[in-house]
Amino acid sequence: MIQVNNISKSFDGNDVLKDITVNFHPGKVNFIIGRSGSGKSVLTKCIVGLMEVNKGEILFDERNFTSMDRWSRRSVRQEMGMLFQGSALFDSMTVEENIMFPLKMFSKLSPAEIKDRVDFCLQRVNLTGKNKLYPSEISGGMQKRTGIARAIAMNPKYLFCDEPNSGLDPQTAIVIDNLIREITYEFNITTVVVSHDMNSVIEIGDYINFIYQGQLWWSGNKNEILRTNNQELNDFVFPSEFMKEIRDTLRESR
Amino acid sequence: MSSIYRHIGRYYILMVNVFTRPEKGKVYRKLIVEEIDKIGIQSLGIVALLSLFMGAVVTLQTAANIDSGWIPKWTIGYTTRQTMILEFSSTIVSLILSGKVGSNIASEIGTMRITEQIDAMDIMGVNSASYLILPKIVAAMFIFPFMVILAMACGISAGAAIGVSTGVISLTDYQYGLTYYFEPFQVSYTLIKSVVFAFIITSVSSYHGYYTKGGALEVGQSSTRAVVYSIVLIMISNYVITQLLLL
Repeated sequence: MIQVNNISKSFDGNDVLKDITVNFHPGKVNFIIGRSGSGKSVLTKCIVGLMEVNKGEILFDERNFTSMDRWSRRSVRQEMGMLFQGSALFDSMTVEENIMFPLKMFSKLSPAEIKDRVDFCLQRVNLTGKNKLYPSEISGGMQKRTGIARAIAMNPKYLFCDEPNSGLDPQTAIVIDNLIREITYEFNITTVVVSHDMNSVIEIGDYINFIYQGQLWWSGNKNEILRTNNQELNDFVFPSEFMKEIRDTLRESR
Repeated sequence: MSSIYRHIGRYYILMVNVFTRPEKGKVYRKLIVEEIDKIGIQSLGIVALLSLFMGAVVTLQTAANIDSGWIPKWTIGYTTRQTMILEFSSTIVSLILSGKVGSNIASEIGTMRITEQIDAMDIMGVNSASYLILPKIVAAMFIFPFMVILAMACGISAGAAIGVSTGVISLTDYQYGLTYYFEPFQVSYTLIKSVVFAFIITSVSSYHGYYTKGGALEVGQSSTRAVVYSIVLIMISNYVITQLLLL
């Protein structure tokens, strides 16, 4: 479990995160949603340690990440995987080399075992046979899947996905969503997804956390999101009349 | 003024991160070999070409300016040797390479920064500063002295070939000039300079790339800043090293 306790973050006196406390559960897909500029990406960057918090603490399975020295942090980071919005694949490396990278840097596996692990990860994300292609030679959806394969190569305990569906068509987005959900359940990973995509939230979200103006405004599951009276959340999730109609239909059917 | 202190502070912190113990020596050794190829071997052509023409031009210009019977012809060989060894082979070649290698390093690392590739490394637990920058610094400090020796050899040879073929000096006079009052320490001095310049070019360019923020426009700006700062620092350190070693 990842526990975020009372964290605050400001830039030049501007408070971006205000006293946020939230838990992310193992074996579940935990969503962070919110409008652009609400602070959700900053929250994710603080959790993974790319930004330092001004106040509060972050615990990974009761290990206080905030107070760790850089060496201890590195060992925790080796338990993390992250899928970036733009995939962030190393463009000088092939698909295979991208997935091999963390294994070569940190594992004690033999070259043959590394190759087997890469093939397993590629097969798991349905990219078998794409080993020797470069990121520029594959589609956006394939790049995302390669990003997932790289993220799971080290058997992570924590998986972070930053806007995993951005730039993808709806059908490919569903493929990526399902993959994230399957991997989370299969390997009992604590998955944190930052997204604007309400289809993903309703489809695969086990726990949903809504950030509004730098504060944790609402938390709950996908059934509760349909029934909440929280005005700001409703305005965000169901902004149009069409979406409100869908919500009402779903409310009746569940 | 505070901006300069901020740059110095960030550069120092970056260098501390760069020179911390690498995660896996084997991976770094492979990277160093690749960087030797990218920084050194792929620059040999331009270094050789420029040195050939510079040696030839120095020889012709010296010949054109010696029209007094009091100045012996072998001065042409002597001047070409001194120019090539003391300044051209290390300083001018480094200035040229700061344009080619420095901008390349800054744009490569800068692009990795804005496309979150460096963040991806950091999240994996990789020391991105060390992984990306250390091999470049080590490779450049290793290969630059060889490039300087190549530049010396090309320039002096071209001077001889042009001088003799145009009839401005005989080969015997040129050779006499080359060996006249030769101090081997001057070669050591220029090799020392090349190692320092190699460090400046790679570390300063990496610094500007590593701290790039924004998009493609900012990558271009980082690349330009990398070249400008490298050139300024090369000229300052050239003065300091000369003061320390030659006087």
